[in-house]
Amino acid sequence: MFKLSARKLAMQGAIVTKFPVMRANTVVRPMAMRLSSTKTMTVREALNSAIAEELDRDDDVFIIGEEVAQYNGAYKVTKGLLDRFGERRVVDTPITEYGFTGLAVGAALKGLKPIVEFMSFNFSMQAIDHVVNSAAKTHYMSGGTQKCQMVFRGPNGAAVGVAAQHSQDYSAWYGSIPGLKVLVPYSAEDARGLLKAAIRDPNPVVFLENELLYNESFEVSEEALSPDFTLPYKAKIEREGKDVSIVTYTRNVQFALEAAKILQEQYNVSAEVINLRAIRPLDVDALIKTVKKTNHLVTVESTFPAFGVGSEIVAQVMESEAFDYLDAPVQRVTGADVPTPYAKELEDFAFPDAPTIVKAVKESLSIE
Amino acid sequence: MMLNIPRLTVQRSLLTGSMLSQSTHRSLSLLSKRTFATTKDTTASTNTTSDDAVTIDLPEKSFEGYLVDIPSLKYETTKSSLLQMYKDMVIIRRMEMACDALYKAKKIRGFCHLSVGQEAIAVGVENAITKLDSVITSYRCHGFTYMRGASVKGVLAELMGKRDGVSFGKGGSMHLYAPGFYGGNGIVGAQVPLGTGLAFAHQYKNEDACSFTLYGDGASNQGQVFESFNMAKLFNLPVVYCCENNKYGMGTAASRSSAMTEYYKRGQYIPGVKVNGMDVLAVYQASKFAKDWCLSGKGPLLLEFETYRYGGHSMSDPGTTYRTREEIQNMRSKNDPIAGLKMHLTDLGIATEAEVKAYDKAARKYVEEQVALADKAAPPEAKLSILFEDVYVKGTEIPTLRGRIPEDTWDFEKNDFAKKY
Repeated sequence: MFKLSARKLAMQGAIVTKFPVMRANTVVRPMAMRLSSTKTMTVREALNSAIAEELDRDDDVFIIGEEVAQYNGAYKVTKGLLDRFGERRVVDTPITEYGFTGLAVGAALKGLKPIVEFMSFNFSMQAIDHVVNSAAKTHYMSGGTQKCQMVFRGPNGAAVGVAAQHSQDYSAWYGSIPGLKVLVPYSAEDARGLLKAAIRDPNPVVFLENELLYNESFEVSEEALSPDFTLPYKAKIEREGKDVSIVTYTRNVQFALEAAKILQEQYNVSAEVINLRAIRPLDVDALIKTVKKTNHLVTVESTFPAFGVGSEIVAQVMESEAFDYLDAPVQRVTGADVPTPYAKELEDFAFPDAPTIVKAVKESLSIE
Repeated sequence: MMLNIPRLTVQRSLLTGSMLSQSTHRSLSLLSKRTFATTKDTTASTNTTSDDAVTIDLPEKSFEGYLVDIPSLKYETTKSSLLQMYKDMVIIRRMEMACDALYKAKKIRGFCHLSVGQEAIAVGVENAITKLDSVITSYRCHGFTYMRGASVKGVLAELMGKRDGVSFGKGGSMHLYAPGFYGGNGIVGAQVPLGTGLAFAHQYKNEDACSFTLYGDGASNQGQVFESFNMAKLFNLPVVYCCENNKYGMGTAASRSSAMTEYYKRGQYIPGVKVNGMDVLAVYQASKFAKDWCLSGKGPLLLEFETYRYGGHSMSDPGTTYRTREEIQNMRSKNDPIAGLKMHLTDLGIATEAEVKAYDKAARKYVEEQVALADKAAPPEAKLSILFEDVYVKGTEIPTLRGRIPEDTWDFEKNDFAKKY
């Protein structure tokens, strides 16, 4: 007779426990969800449901991009939307980013609310003139007379083994543009709440997803399932701690949480993990609050090291009252200063992971 | 049968005016009633009232077609419409000349691209469309902004950086907007996909309207132009692409920039019409034809307006280093759009020489008044709160925006400077 822990049984969906147990890396089917006490959802499902609800709510909203309609989305984020909403609302384009992004901006200038899908933000470079010069700056240049309500969304940063031209992280580039807002969801609830907020936002919003998060499953609250659920563009404390603050966003939140676990178990260090959720606006109040609490700061990002998001966080902290609360210089964990290599042994050096974050924390706390 | 339109000259045929007193021609669905404060319609020394319908035979060489039959050469209009177009062109001419003077007086800064010589296009297009249609063009946009409903004062005030400018002083010459007019765009060619998007929105909302998307010979080689053509044809969008071919992209002659200079054929699978852009009647006729084409669900159409700018590319360009003064003078004397319409007015007996002179004088006076008003107007107050306005839609700003130094950080929730640390 072997003992199976209640936890393991719950993980397999065999029993329902009093407290919900998170199932990672699984695709959860709706039927199973009725049996458990809370709902879980993949990031993909979260995005899909958010887009569907917003299409349903407002006829001016439409989604446009490569393979979003008949193919059901290159990453299946728009699965089922063509069937439900039709060709008018879900628009397949030729492979012409410059043209279709400009077309979408033009539609937004006339009052529609496009969601532009970039199959990867690497391809947005071909269209970046329209994102920056035609969309972001127009409200200002027109003295507030010309609105441009739209969302640019798609996977940003690295996948696995896709090499240099398909792995760049654009959060720092877009984050510097006045007139844009830049959001970086991590969890399914982030994805739902932030995307719905972005679609309803009257300004142009850059919504940076992560391909490797699409399959990840997260618990979502009842509230998050409501069709009117939106989130404010503010950071979230994913894990409370008192010795060091790890500030990060998107998939790196997962690595930060893993690092926090290692730090607790092996070094008895209590790490606070902050999920930024937005690059622009950057939640400086949250940064100040956490630095005041722990006196040590580590930032984590997948952008290139020079002129990145971590650089901005360091500058903001240094310019604020939090400067006096730092007991050590801020440690930045970033992508490596190289075009992303292909071979796994080398690619593993190109982006942050949990062990690297642990090293940075140890450096910050002067632990051997 | 392809006609070779001689590059620089256009024959002005003698007009066979047939006065049809009965009907008003429905093909001219909307004549924009533009306010022109200081002139009164005069009927003094003519034998007809100015509302009389008129038919004018356009010269055979007005149009050339590609994959489409050319518009009718019979131009049906009313005398008041002709008068209105004359006034419109004269006001634009005067306004642009005022810009020239203001720029030289250093009251206008930065870039200033004038459309002197190209007035027929802005006027012909606007008179052929309605307020429901959209127009978008490049930085050579002053005339279009006026025609779409902005006042001369609004345009000039914007150029002079005043708060009363159409963009409240935030945009300048290249970023002028008006109802149904989407700029004023500084990046060459960017307006072409934008204009295609305007057409997409018209179609999406099932509107009986189309988008006139203008660009120059210089912009015509942009990749995004061809990307736009492709989607417009695929999606059957109601967009009229108008290439304002003034023969030079900045200092580069069309033949040096374009492997193929028959711009009306560049749409390949999109039908095109080449139009004498110095003849406002031909511009009107072609625009009307194009609008009807779009609205009958036939998809995009390309118009090439052969035109000419007397001035340089912008105020920083004398315009004489890459072309001869003779060429400029020749265009001015033989092809001027205002002089051309004036000939129709006098030949048709709508107005006498003296009356036309009076219109000219009145236009000059009107523009001068508007210049004075614009000049007197105040610039935006030199306040950081105004600097930070309009980066985002009011009420939806991010919490703070930073100035040059941390202490110049503006807090939108407080509506004041952020707490200085």
